[in-house]
Amino acid sequence: MNIPENLKYSPEHEWIKVDGDCAYIGITDFAQGELGDIVFVEFPEIGDSFSIGDVFGTVEAVKTVADLFAPISGEVIEINDSLEDSPELINTDAYNDGWIIKLKVTNRDEFDTLLDATSYKGLLS
Amino acid sequence: MSENIKTALYDIHVELGAKIVPFAGYEMPVTYPNGIQAEHQAVRNLAGMFDVSHMGEFWIAGDEALPFLQHVTINDVSKLEVGDAQYSAMCYEDGGIVDDLILYRKPDGYFMVINASNIDKDLEWLIKHKPENVNIENHSERYSLVALQGPKSREILSQFTDADLNLMFYSYADATICGHSVMLSRTGYTGELGFEIYASNEAIIDIWKAFLDDGVVPCGLATRDILRMEMKYCLYGNDIDHTTNPIEAGLSWITDFSKDDFIGKSVLLSTKENKPMRRLVTFELNERGIPRHDYRIHLDGEDVGFVTSGTQSMSLKKGIGMAYIDKGFAKVGNAIEVMIRNKPVSATIVKPPFVKETSILN
Repeated sequence: MNIPENLKYSPEHEWIKVDGDCAYIGITDFAQGELGDIVFVEFPEIGDSFSIGDVFGTVEAVKTVADLFAPISGEVIEINDSLEDSPELINTDAYNDGWIIKLKVTNRDEFDTLLDATSYKGLLS
Repeated sequence: MSENIKTALYDIHVELGAKIVPFAGYEMPVTYPNGIQAEHQAVRNLAGMFDVSHMGEFWIAGDEALPFLQHVTINDVSKLEVGDAQYSAMCYEDGGIVDDLILYRKPDGYFMVINASNIDKDLEWLIKHKPENVNIENHSERYSLVALQGPKSREILSQFTDADLNLMFYSYADATICGHSVMLSRTGYTGELGFEIYASNEAIIDIWKAFLDDGVVPCGLATRDILRMEMKYCLYGNDIDHTTNPIEAGLSWITDFSKDDFIGKSVLLSTKENKPMRRLVTFELNERGIPRHDYRIHLDGEDVGFVTSGTQSMSLKKGIGMAYIDKGFAKVGNAIEVMIRNKPVSATIVKPPFVKETSILN
């Protein structure tokens, strides 16, 4: 199972890459494996704000649909357009090209609520 | 609840890295590591293979087997010569569907292939209606079944058998494949040229491995589901069940009213004459999204039906589905809205199948 050390994780199987006041968010390798072939991502609008735990989008796989939960609070400043034509990037490269949204983080203290790689691995085992 | 049954190929699926799911009482491969898209492409362009050993098989024989089958199934069994196969169904008195099935006429009886989820129910139904001198045996555990499907399937198969592979669509022959005696049937659930191989549990392992070594792509239930939806093939439990009848499901072509009485005939005849209250239609989404079982369908703000099956078509690259739509609204070209998580998504009723040009009759 691929769980990069440099990322943070949520119990909902999202990864968070902190970048100053911003954070890239995607779903973990484990999550994409469980969902199977992803065929469609429903994004929020740029400028939408979310609090921790809010549903900010959905991922449609062939067999199932999964809500995406905001792992931290913030405002959407970018979405990964390339997933519109190639949603399978989440399957093939969950942690890089498969990122989903970029948030401007409202409260940096919330980073402390996230899991590190070791804790996330513990959650999966 | 007893433990799910593992097919003879189970260990091989696991070795191949397949994702295994419980399905109709069996542990079945749903996808292999290369993913649905690769599997789908293999079947539409080259060849893929499916372990469908979960399907149920009954042996039906005896002096009155023919009149008995004429009574319990809706198609005309008397048309079957030895070597023929027939798509059919069994109905309840009210026209609801017990199961859909394939019937093979053998020299000394009939071989009925049914859905795995319905084995117990079907057996009970048949035994309840059979006369004394008809014998019914459940052979479901005795046979394994592999479907080799795709435009290259004949070419691939020819390397492993001397049998004449120019079998007609919906016919079968006894054959030897990889040295094993099998029943080779020109049938399938994908819309492509293909063969279904009924073999012993031991033989199927050799055959599967031979195909695998030859580059045939193993495909799971998820791909099978997309392929059959692209052709508007019904799936029991989704598109047809005890609450739906063959006429509204578009299965009039397997319902033979010219034969003597059969179970459900009077209701089905009146449905046909009075036009069904709803029809199973096929539709395409005009926006992104995936229709799924039980989503509601609206037309001009009115609720007019529900989705029975839906997926992302790998061939069309868009959401497709099948739905029961109320009488009057079920017309090709009609604009409808599929309610996806309470949001209306625009769709159009289209003429089936979704994939028009296939190798099925090659």
